[in-house]
Amino acid sequence: MTEAPPASSGHVSPPADHADKSRTLVQRIADLRAWLFLAALIIGFEAWSRTAFGGSFIVNPYNITSIAIFAVAPLLLATGQTFVIISGGIDLSMGFIMGLAAVVAAHVINWSAPAMGEPLAVLFGTLVAVAIAMIPGFVNGLLVSRLRVPPFIGTLGMFGVARGVAFLLAGGTTVPVKNSFFALLGNGRILGIPWIIIITAIFVLVMHYILSQTRFGQHNYAIGANEQAARRAGIDIKSHLLRLYVLSGICAGLAGVLYAARFTAGAAQAGEPLLLDSVAAVVIGGASLFGGSGTILGTVAGALVIAVIQYGLVFINVEPFWQFISVGVVIIISVLIDQAQRRISGGRQSE
Amino acid sequence: MSDQPLLETRHLSKNFGPVQALADLSMHVNAGEVVALAGDNGAGKTTLIKAISGVYRPSSGQVLLKGREVSFASPQEARESGIETIYQDLALADNLSIGANIFLGREPMTKAFGFLPVLDRKKMAEAARDTMALLDFHVSRLDAPVSNFSGGQRQAVAIGRAVYWNAQVLIMDEPTAALGVPEQRKVISLIHQLKEQGRGVIFISHNLQDIFAVSDRIVVLRRGVMAGERRISDTTHDEVVKLMVGG
Repeated sequence: MTEAPPASSGHVSPPADHADKSRTLVQRIADLRAWLFLAALIIGFEAWSRTAFGGSFIVNPYNITSIAIFAVAPLLLATGQTFVIISGGIDLSMGFIMGLAAVVAAHVINWSAPAMGEPLAVLFGTLVAVAIAMIPGFVNGLLVSRLRVPPFIGTLGMFGVARGVAFLLAGGTTVPVKNSFFALLGNGRILGIPWIIIITAIFVLVMHYILSQTRFGQHNYAIGANEQAARRAGIDIKSHLLRLYVLSGICAGLAGVLYAARFTAGAAQAGEPLLLDSVAAVVIGGASLFGGSGTILGTVAGALVIAVIQYGLVFINVEPFWQFISVGVVIIISVLIDQAQRRISGGRQSE
Repeated sequence: MSDQPLLETRHLSKNFGPVQALADLSMHVNAGEVVALAGDNGAGKTTLIKAISGVYRPSSGQVLLKGREVSFASPQEARESGIETIYQDLALADNLSIGANIFLGREPMTKAFGFLPVLDRKKMAEAARDTMALLDFHVSRLDAPVSNFSGGQRQAVAIGRAVYWNAQVLIMDEPTAALGVPEQRKVISLIHQLKEQGRGVIFISHNLQDIFAVSDRIVVLRRGVMAGERRISDTTHDEVVKLMVGG
């Protein structure tokens, strides 16, 4: 397998253009690096588990489900973050927008349950929480698109605002939810698969569709690669960025609702440790912080890599602090691969 | 239509503060005509094309398209009216395919499974292949991002986009500057094709050989004013150089 695969994709490709084949092979490996990481990790933990405990790590439905549940909230944040990072921005406020949404969902479901019954209250609370999460996203969008505030600073400001509002609404504590339907949503299963995983999977598929198959996604890549070119092509960049940060808010909002469902409580600090995990998932998934590249499927792999590391290290009984070290190392390796790829494929560009 | 110029400027001026970049410039381009803009650096060539293509608003004077006065607030408006500019720094998104660049901002959609709107990548790839074949660039990997291609191929993509969208007036700023010799020839032959199709081309170049190979007329600017206008058949390299440097 040292040679690039021949025209296996159906159409005959004469070797007419300059692109050389070894480069495309390198690129293909670099594009798949998150999945390769994931495979390597699973194999590693599997080997350890079999030698140390004589049992399987991955052929164990309990472990798989636990890892997936572990990955839900970081993955939801990371899907929104993927869009923002591809556009060349970053959204630091997602963690506390998630907390805000969790608190709002908890309150609204508690308040409205007597009036409309438990299932309807859950639906209503979810919609209100996601709608509220869109507000900071909208403000982020205004700051970045109209007022030309750098995304890092604008969303850092919103990080503080959302954090404060969330703690104020929660009264500085966690807000328990008394709603059996909500608890079922967060912890129940259908055919053995937890509801929150099904909801997350559907949502991530929709986001994958938006990024890869719609004009919005296409424009997102173009803006991240060359904002000037996008503007010259007639793309309304201001409106795009506004919708982009609202979308990011929606992702954080859904993550907050599912968090509140899982723990039947809303907590303002729900997403605090997850923000950087979400950025890490996007970067491990192959996106560049310079913008213009990244995919949702890569981010899924990135989120799973982090979840497998965190869960796997607990599973094999290693001190939890090794999690930070291993995730950090994976991030650095990931960025190094990205740099190498750029150096190889960028040569022609800078002639 | 026949005796009315496709594009005309009348007494066009542009100043930036006290600096007069362009003064009282009147020129025209007929359908099926290639007009070269020549002049030393800072002569006002770029200012002129930016004033025509909606990047700058002229300080005074008029731009007429097919005899109607036009005033573009943005390059976008100029493009919608059929004036396409191909800049030196190519306006391409490097991470997208050729087709996606041609259709950037106006992507075709189709339905998957009969209901789900998705980008029509097949149509984009076909348009890319046909357009690039028209420019005699044969590209096999239509899904590869344009960053993988050579400077000449990328130039061809930028020109191909204008061709695909049927621009009436093409303004080309040094279209051959970044190209190898065979690719330069292809661009020159492409400009001949554009001319045969009845489009007007404004062609900025430092290369007199290219100018004499492809243009019908040459407009020479010097320090923002018209230094002379000649039919290519009535002039020589020496005369043009004299007009450019002022002799």
